[in-house]
Order: sequence, then structure tokens, then C-alpha cells
Amino acid sequence: MSVDRESVLDAAAVRELLDRLAGDIVRFAGDRAHGLVLVGIQRRGVELAERLAERIAERHGVEIHRGALDITLYRDDLETVGPRPIVGETHIPVDIADREVVIVDDVLYTGRTVRAALNELADFGRPARIGLCVLVDRGGRELPIQPDIVGLQVEAGPGDRVDVLVAERDGRDAVELVHRGGA
Amino acid sequence: MTSPALGKDLLGLESLTAEQIRFILDTAEPFKEVSERAIKKVPTLRGKTIVNLFFEASTRTRISFEFAEKRLSADTVNVVAQGSSVEKGENLVDTARNLEAMRIDMVVIRHPSSGAAAFLAERIRSNVVNAGDGKHEHPTQALLDLLTIRDRVGRVEGVKVCICGDILNSRVARSNIWGLLKLGAEVGVCGPRSLLPRGIEALGVRVFRRIEEAIEWADVLNVLRLQLERMQAGFIPSLREYYRVFGVTRERLARAPRDLVILHPGPMNRGVEIDSQVADGPHSVILHQVTNGIAIRMAVLYLLAGGRPELAEAAKRGGGADA
Repeated sequence: MSVDRESVLDAAAVRELLDRLAGDIVRFAGDRAHGLVLVGIQRRGVELAERLAERIAERHGVEIHRGALDITLYRDDLETVGPRPIVGETHIPVDIADREVVIVDDVLYTGRTVRAALNELADFGRPARIGLCVLVDRGGRELPIQPDIVGLQVEAGPGDRVDVLVAERDGRDAVELVHRGGA
Repeated sequence: MTSPALGKDLLGLESLTAEQIRFILDTAEPFKEVSERAIKKVPTLRGKTIVNLFFEASTRTRISFEFAEKRLSADTVNVVAQGSSVEKGENLVDTARNLEAMRIDMVVIRHPSSGAAAFLAERIRSNVVNAGDGKHEHPTQALLDLLTIRDRVGRVEGVKVCICGDILNSRVARSNIWGLLKLGAEVGVCGPRSLLPRGIEALGVRVFRRIEEAIEWADVLNVLRLQLERMQAGFIPSLREYYRVFGVTRERLARAPRDLVILHPGPMNRGVEIDSQVADGPHSVILHQVTNGIAIRMAVLYLLAGGRPELAEAAKRGGGADA
């Protein structure tokens, strides 16, 4: 099986994209931007949400809450995939009832992770509205779920993989497309 | 990243590797948070049916398992020996096979005979979790003790843990000794000569005849419940005598060279193996153990329920990045 890795965004381009997304989130939240809860999905959505929250505070002067969600326990495929190595932290810092919540994830693909995240958030309370912000939308949805705020659309085939790398975890920021030729 | 799969059953810690034990402890960490939520429930084991099969009285362990099962959204049934077909003479395997014919997924078993959990595990397809079998093992108790030590001390490796009381007849002691040794702790035992197994030093365990010496050496004391039957069987002269010689008291702890962490698997005999001032004092982590017990049992049930590594491998090959 041949594997080739193609760069989609370098570190500078990722930073630029995050700048733009921060502004998009503030506009999306509108009147309810103050007190907004930005919830990153484990793993890399958490780092992206942190970066976005910093930008929103610095450049837009809006104080928001940051949360983290690990959706492992809400997956619908425990039987077939087996338990994940380690379940990450879930931390929702405030009561989300009647607040604006934006879910942040690195890549939107089938939509199943977002479905699980919506179910999990519902067990924490009833927000006024939930939005979805993703760095990359690669298409290929299996559920009727669409993002509200998108960094970049990438054309990726079913055998391909989109890797979002973040400096905190991976040592550098980048978006890469991994093609996997013939099985 | 591959996980050290546990296989079908959890029967004891003797058969697990250090890596598997650490994996269970790490998996328990996020489950602690679930019990702090307003809605203490996740849908992970929705549709799974778990039978708690208790051939021996136990309130604490059964309730802890039941909370763990319910917080994972499993459906649960409790079967207690008294008043069931077991009392009518049905044997263990017939009971389990009948339950299995009702399409259950897991059995949590407590039984007075050593080896009962393994005997059952070999004969049914369902996952089996040992909740205490005779004098053999009580793995989830030892796992929650390990988790509590790790929470309080920050690590298990190199920590000096002395288990005090009836070591000879205790499945809690046995599981703890295996788990502690595998994770690199130093292990001691302390109790009356009649209640210490002969040749235990061969495992690398230190033996203390006097509780004062144990307190001077240890970082952690795990004080076992003295089964009152032991006195009737003549192993110890009297409860008062036991307290006088082996009781973990505030006065004795005050002479310790460092602050000790005090564990007890419960239920306590206050004024026998431990005095109330210690049980309720600042060094006691006894209630923390109870809280951790639910997280550990959730982790074990979760890991066993999903433990089909061949499917996990296939999914990894075909699926690629998860989204």
C-alpha cells in the first residue's frame, strides 16, 4: 500500500485561518458573544478551541468560557471498534443552559462525532443555541449535520485521511492530506 | 496506539501484566468525572444486560457495581443466593447457563469458593467479572486501592504499603499484593502469626510482627477488616486483645516518622482493627476509596464490553482517521 502525504496548509496559513475563524465565531454569536462557551472535542479540537478563545479575548475583547468534550462514551461503535486507548478529559466549566455554545473540531467527516457531542452536551443542559466550527470540512457526511463556521473545504476521497497537526501535541501546526493508494 | 486488551474476563490481578493494570487505572480517570455530573449517566453500555450474581452477602461491593453499571446505562439484574433457585440446590453452572439463555452479556460474581469465577468464565460466553471468590482474589477492590494510592501519593512505584490484619484468609490482601508488586511498590504485611501465610517472604513481601514497626516503615497502611469468625475459630484470643496489639490508633500514628495514608476496604470494625479517630481523621482516604470504586468498576465493565481486538484492528485498517 502506497502512502503519500500532501501539504494543504503550513503553520502560517493555519494561524491566518484561526484569525479568521475567531472573527467568524464572534459574528456568529452576535449579541450572545459574551459568556459564549467554546467546547473543543478531544483531541485536537481542544487545542484549536484554546487558540480561538485566546484570539477572541485579545482581538475582540470578548471573554468566553472554554470547555473540553470527549465523546468516546457516547460513540455508537464500541462493539466494533473496541474501547479507545484512553478516554480524554471532559470539562464543561459553566452551566450551559440558555447560553450560546460553539463546538470546535479539527476535521468534519461523517458527522458521527458531532452527533455524539450533541447528545453528550444535551446531558449537561439545554443551551440557547449550539453552533459548529471546524477547521477542515472534508465532505463524506453520513448524517444530516453541517458546520456553521468552516476554515477550509478539502476534497478528500474515502480512502484518504486529513491530518490536522497542532504544535502543542504534534510539534508543528499544519493540515495535510494523506492519500492511500490501492489496498 | 494499541491498548493492552484485557480479554473476556477479569478474574484476578495475578494474571494481569503491569501494563494492563496501569491501563485500567488510566481508563478509570475520566470515569471519575461522570459521577460528578448533574446527570450521572453516559450511554456507553446501552442495551447490555449485566447480572450481579451474589452467592455471599455483600452490600458495598454490589451497590458499587450496580452504580457503575447504571451510570454506563446497562440493564442490571441482581441475583442473591438467598431465596433464589440457588437455595434450592441448583449448581453454579446451571444458574449461569439459565441466565445466559436469557441473552445476558456479563456476569459479576461473588462466591464463597476460591476459583468460582474462573470456573464460570470457562463455561459461559458472557464476560465474567470476579467480585470476590473465596480466599482467592477481589481484583476490583485492589484496583480501587491502587487508584487511591496513586491519587494521594502521586505514584505507586516505590511506595511502601503495609497490609495489616488477616492476610491468610483475605482475597483483598492477595489481590493487593499482586497489584502492588507488579506496579513496583514495596509491600509489607503485619498481623498475628496465626493469620499470616507461611512463606510469604518468598514473594518479596516484608513481614512485620509488630504494628509499631509497620507504622515506622510504611507510607501507606491498608487496614483489613477483621472477620469476627476468626476469633470464634481460635485464630485470635479476643477482639480487645487484637485492638491492644494490632489496632491502628491515633497514638501509634502520632509516633510515625511521616504522615501515613490509611486505607480500609470496609466495613470497618471501629475499636478492633482501627480506632474512630483514625478512621475519621485527616489521613484516612476510606471514603475516597468508595468513590474510586465506582470509577474503577465503570472502567473494567467498559473495557470488557468493547474487548474485541480483532474487530478493532479491522476497523483501524479500513477506517482511517476518525471524524
